[in-house]
Amino acid sequence: MNSEKGRLLKINILRFDPHIKGDKPRIETFEIEEAPGMTLFIALNDIRQHHDPSLKFDFVCRAGICGSCAMIINGKPGLACSTLTANMDSDISLAPLPVFELIGDLSVFTGNWMRSLNNRLEAWIHQHEELNIDQLEQRMEPELAEEIYELDRCIECGCCVAGCGTIQMREEFVGAVGLNKIARYQIDPRDERSDSDYYELVGDEDGVFGCMTLLGCEDVCPKNLPLQSRIAYLRRKMLEIGLKSNTEVCSC
Amino acid sequence: MRHDREQKSIAAYRCGFISYMPARLDFIQSATGLILALFITLHLIFEASILISKDAMLAVTKFFEGYYFFGETYPGIISFLAASIFFIFILHAMTAVRKFPSTYRQYRIFISHNNNFKHSDTSLWLYQVITGSIMFFLGSVHLYMMMSQPSQIGPYASADRIYSEWMWPLYLILLISVILHAFIGLYRVTLKWGLFSLFSKNTGNSKQDKKNKVLMKKWMFIGIIVYLTISLLSLGTYMLIGYQHADKVGERYHSQPQTQPAAPVAEEPSAK
Repeated sequence: MNSEKGRLLKINILRFDPHIKGDKPRIETFEIEEAPGMTLFIALNDIRQHHDPSLKFDFVCRAGICGSCAMIINGKPGLACSTLTANMDSDISLAPLPVFELIGDLSVFTGNWMRSLNNRLEAWIHQHEELNIDQLEQRMEPELAEEIYELDRCIECGCCVAGCGTIQMREEFVGAVGLNKIARYQIDPRDERSDSDYYELVGDEDGVFGCMTLLGCEDVCPKNLPLQSRIAYLRRKMLEIGLKSNTEVCSC
Repeated sequence: MRHDREQKSIAAYRCGFISYMPARLDFIQSATGLILALFITLHLIFEASILISKDAMLAVTKFFEGYYFFGETYPGIISFLAASIFFIFILHAMTAVRKFPSTYRQYRIFISHNNNFKHSDTSLWLYQVITGSIMFFLGSVHLYMMMSQPSQIGPYASADRIYSEWMWPLYLILLISVILHAFIGLYRVTLKWGLFSLFSKNTGNSKQDKKNKVLMKKWMFIGIIVYLTISLLSLGTYMLIGYQHADKVGERYHSQPQTQPAAPVAEEPSAK
């Protein structure tokens, strides 16, 4: 179709495999020809196919749904599969996401980090009584269902974590991904936990009161989740508990 | 089953290590910041009365010394106001410093994150840390002076302090720091607590929230530019008055006779 030659892209990749003895972090530059409609994901495959088969990076869905291909693109976290090279300078630098365990090159293990976060925040529906699956589910207003779904769209790609200056200074901080989950369960009527219960999970400086409103999460989220306003909402809810509760009250 | 476990563990947690202080500290930080930012926007406007005339500045000074309420001036009121602001200032500093990088390692991580990320809101926080650190010292000096020498305010007294007593370098740095800190702070506090969606029924409207953020940022820049212009002009005016008045340091300004016929004559310094 298009026989014109594309731009020459210079892709600089921060490479390091902690599993190879003696391997040292270094920048390697690959030159490839840009193709029409090329995404970074396609460019990386090109490199792996034609230049270096040992290059490590993750992908599954190629459509911005699975969140596997999150990486630092020219200093900013983003998904490789939904980043068009046409919108970028021909000099592109790529690095793995910080904070997460490095598997090698651009591949990081977000899975175990997210799993321990979910365990820590008990990110599942809590009900006092066992669910009777023979009964019809309680009805819900469509607006509320939409609102829950909006927050449920999180794909746990880790971009918000990589864009958060707070979590990089203080690793115990739960980050926007964690706070978004709590905000999601807090508005869900099927979850019977009270705000005091949520306060136990995020009512401290590792939780919502550790957030410094740097807004990196909001600006890099590939799913455009309303993180700033949801964290603000959670902060207000948790403040209500903090102001109401008397620290002296104790039943034991 | 789960319920029992929850009841027990919650009771145990409450006695043990669940604290409501983090919520309160965060609230105190934002509330004191908001008060101080609103205070400074008024303070700088009152200072800028010197741009209108010396008499206007004197009228503002007398107003705060209670002249129009009691018929006499009570500089003690200024001391009291300065002490109250100092108290709020200290509370704000103590709660805000919790968020500062506390080790060199944290500092280095943040700086490199900021440099690589090139994200304006992350950099704005860094400005808050820098301007806040400057004000720990310069703000304290200024507030203590206002507390201890409340009567030394007026068109000549202030100008002499700024020019002849070499306060202008301090005021210049303090002025730039406080304006940046206050307006960046106002912008950040609205987003931190979602003040726009405070009264909305649901948890907020995402699209509207994003629009509000852009709008607030615009107002922040407008505020910074307007206040820097007004305040630097008024500081310049005090410098000019101080320069012209340098050989008469200590002499106080009095209203021109046509506005206040009786009182100023009685207060006219005998040396003149």
